[in-house]
Amino acid sequence: MVAELVFYLFATITVIAALGVVSAKNQVHSVLFLVLTFFTTAALFVLLGAEFLAAILIMVYMGAVAILFLFVVMMLDVEFADLKKDAIQYLPIGITVGVVILIELIVIITQIHLDAGAVAAAVDVPNTLAIGRILYTKYLLPFEIASIILLVALIGAVVLTLRERNRPKRQHIPKQLARTREQAVELIKVESGEGAS
Amino acid sequence: MMGLGINHYLVLSALLFTIGIFGIFMNRRNVIIIMMSIELILLSVNINFVAFSSFMGNIDGQIVTFFVLTVAAAEAAIGLAILVAFFRNRATIDVEEIDTLKG
Repeated sequence: MVAELVFYLFATITVIAALGVVSAKNQVHSVLFLVLTFFTTAALFVLLGAEFLAAILIMVYMGAVAILFLFVVMMLDVEFADLKKDAIQYLPIGITVGVVILIELIVIITQIHLDAGAVAAAVDVPNTLAIGRILYTKYLLPFEIASIILLVALIGAVVLTLRERNRPKRQHIPKQLARTREQAVELIKVESGEGAS
Repeated sequence: MMGLGINHYLVLSALLFTIGIFGIFMNRRNVIIIMMSIELILLSVNINFVAFSSFMGNIDGQIVTFFVLTVAAAEAAIGLAILVAFFRNRATIDVEEIDTLKG
């Protein structure tokens, strides 16, 4: 009974916050609604017994991705009103497509019947322990590939946004290595009593 | 239906997915909101995976959610980096203006 109340509370907040994301006038409010959506979803994950993913959702999504969105929204000086001015013309097709997809999904979902007895049987080890056991054995290769994907994303983001300026003088390694002794050093026999120039 | 069934979670996920699609339609000019809508869609997929994982007593679904989160974070980082680079060059994030590659 308590679980149902908690579910309905958080599910309602999730849906309202998601609607806020797509319909807020101010983009900063959109990002903050996105944070709220992630938070309530993390609560629902806890209700489902997936505590590790709930923690990951809060740390990675709310702590990193949403803040990244917030930084970009605040960095870009855009007139948001211009971007929203003819949004009303897309309302009919948006609602049509949305209702069609929703009806199709709910028709499919009502065909699913799972007995809830499986839930209690699975909980014998802590969630994080169970994930760790399977992630580093059965899913070791996908785990390593995921780390490569993150590395590529990291380097790619740096390369995309790096601006070449003159002012911080950078080390140019090929140029350094191409220098020979002849170009760099000149030996001059200096007569005594005269300058080197 | 009595108790908290899997259908509750699946309907919530369907609602979030629909809101994401709706958001893409309603904000056709603003790339940032479109990317946030994509995050909502991925979140709804994650809810599905975790719900099935929990109700079928199989932890593999949560691993898939883990990878979806990874790829979504990478996608957000790259997408926003492209957006920042584009804004520097064209001073707009209007989708209608992003047509430089159109022949």
